[in-house]
Amino acid sequence: MVNETIQLGKGLVLRNPVLTASGTFGYGEEYTDFVSMSDLGGIIVKGTTLHPREGNPYPRMAETASGMLNCVGLQNKGIAHFIETIYPRICNFDTNVILNLSGSNIDDYVQGAERINALDKIPAIELNVSCPNVRQGGMAFGVSCSGISQVVSEVRKVYHKHLIVKLSPNVTDISEIAKAAEAAGADSLSLINTLMGMSIDAETRRPRLSMTTGGLSGACVKPVALRMVWQVSKAVRIPIIGLGGISNATDAVEFMLAGASAIQIGTANFIDPAISAKVVRGIAEYCARTGFEKVSDLTGQLIVG
Amino acid sequence: MKQITDFKLMESIDYGKSVWQRYRSPVPLPFIEAGQFVQVRVDDSPDTYLRRPISIHDVDPTQNEISLLVQKVGDGTRHLAALTAGAMVNMVLPLGNSFSLPQSDRERILLVGGGIGIAPLFYLGKILKSKGITPQFLLGGKTKGDLIRREAYEKIAPVACTTEDGSFGEKGFVTQHSVWDHAVFDRVYVCGPKPMMKAVAARCKEKDLWCEVSLENLMACGLGACLCCVENTTEGHVCVCKEGPIFNIRRLLW
Ligand SMILES: Cc1cc2nc3c(=O)[nH]c(=O)nc-3n(C[C@H](O)[C@H](O)[C@H](O)COP(=O)(O)OP(=O)(O)OC[C@H]3O[C@@H](n4cnc5c(N)ncnc54)[C@H](O)[C@@H]3O)c2cc1C
Ligand SMILES: Cc1cc2nc3c(=O)[nH]c(=O)nc-3n(C[C@H](O)[C@H](O)[C@H](O)COP(=O)(O)O)c2cc1C
Ligand code: FES
Repeated sequence: MVNETIQLGKGLVLRNPVLTASGTFGYGEEYTDFVSMSDLGGIIVKGTTLHPREGNPYPRMAETASGMLNCVGLQNKGIAHFIETIYPRICNFDTNVILNLSGSNIDDYVQGAERINALDKIPAIELNVSCPNVRQGGMAFGVSCSGISQVVSEVRKVYHKHLIVKLSPNVTDISEIAKAAEAAGADSLSLINTLMGMSIDAETRRPRLSMTTGGLSGACVKPVALRMVWQVSKAVRIPIIGLGGISNATDAVEFMLAGASAIQIGTANFIDPAISAKVVRGIAEYCARTGFEKVSDLTGQLIVG
Repeated sequence: MKQITDFKLMESIDYGKSVWQRYRSPVPLPFIEAGQFVQVRVDDSPDTYLRRPISIHDVDPTQNEISLLVQKVGDGTRHLAALTAGAMVNMVLPLGNSFSLPQSDRERILLVGGGIGIAPLFYLGKILKSKGITPQFLLGGKTKGDLIRREAYEKIAPVACTTEDGSFGEKGFVTQHSVWDHAVFDRVYVCGPKPMMKAVAARCKEKDLWCEVSLENLMACGLGACLCCVENTTEGHVCVCKEGPIFNIRRLLW
């Protein structure tokens, strides 16, 4: 039997390294016909903001070669609604339920984090400082070292559980941003959020997305994400949660070899709603076959040279 | 409960611009209501990365079979249309809400379909028939060739047709057909291209008729998880894949 447990530190223990990515798995409820929550390391629910947001106009998605663009724009009913209506429904899922928190100013992040800190059954927040679809969706914070230091250190003051900081790939040097987040008090980092992209319909000469640009995700982003996980793993000491285009267990193993301690499945949930549980089994099978007794031993085992 | 199932293509009939296909499930079908849809995994090619939403055209629970009507508009639908009997196709089903059924068997029902939008009305017509209601179909196309499987619809209920070029039925759009003047309807159900649905909805509003439409917004997950498919309604943005695809026109901002 392979030991699948992953210790991410600061009270966050995963039964296996597989989480589902924010914005691609709803609140988990949408997938209960396909996967058992007790099979997963955790779920990261939809991006939530202090106040309700209607999100961007339709059309919000465009398919691309081996991927998709989205400009959903953080549509959500706000933290109060989450706490009153959704939390009671999902807090007893037999897995780690993690909230993805977004904001347009520091105060929103801090107030949001304070309220989530009070929820017993949410062991961690994933701080989204990297949404490319909202003018003030936090990406302003996520693309500069000073911005990320500021938001992470302020949230750190009020949030006492595990704080994951989700990084944007839309930067010149992601290692620098990662170091700034670590120094400001992040317990772990997740990367990558979507890559800024664009799609045009030549026939109508119009952009396919209502916001003209959007975030690219899916299999096509994997090489970029993998490179960034590898670079960041060299730059920081805190654990890394890798994501971006993971579509099967082999992809997941590659992210762990590159330096990730855990992984997230995003867009692949749309193609196979049962994929997350399959990846869990596939990683264990890989370890059994290749002689790793613990899944956590895969992290950083890339052979270079 | 929703399923992910590998269906076997049993039969495929090509109508030129579109195709009718009958698929068999190796496991018992879940309960399927009229207006629901499937998400089809077309193939593994980079150009059809996401699943394609297709309405359920008919259901045969005794054979664990469903059928689909697919219009060839792009890579995904063309690839699907080219499959031959024996091919295996992965689908997630049943998705979405359903048409609301009449309260009494005395209600008079009009089912309006345009182009490939005739697809979900077939199963709705069959269900109404099983409840003792004979609806009136009103099917529209650009030309006679668009009115595919008309005979199958005629076996369920009377079919009125319009074609834009006048090659079959009354010439013009479905909103101009004389059935609107000759009969009164308690409920109107519509599926077709958006301009056509808007025109029918406008007509229904004008006459204060109850009307439900089936929307075809672009989708990614089909499960209510990604919020890509939203329609702006009187209650703000709602997911067409989960709270729809069927909407009463009073909820829409048309
Ligand atoms: C709930 C629902 C039910 C549907 N039922 C049916 C059905 O029963 N039969 C059927 O043939 N089609 C149906 N559709 C539409 C079908 O999903 C699209 O035609 C299909 O996804 C196109 O895939 P493609 O790869 O062939 O084309 P693509 O290469 O993706 O696109 C080709 C062209 O079709 C347009 N298009 C793509 N998707 C849609 C869409 N959802 N609505 C309108 N235009 C679109 C694109 O903008 C493009 O111009 C339904 C859609 C929804 C949301
Ligand atoms: C439709 C959609 C909505 C998303 N919403 C969020 C969100 O609310 N918060 C967030 O941090 N990331 C969000 N993301 C980004 C994903 O969590 C993930 O970082 C990205 O898609 C890359 O992973 P993937 O290629 O496996 O999907 C969203 C992605 C998609 C496709
Ligand atoms: S397609 Fe994902 S929410 Fe409707």
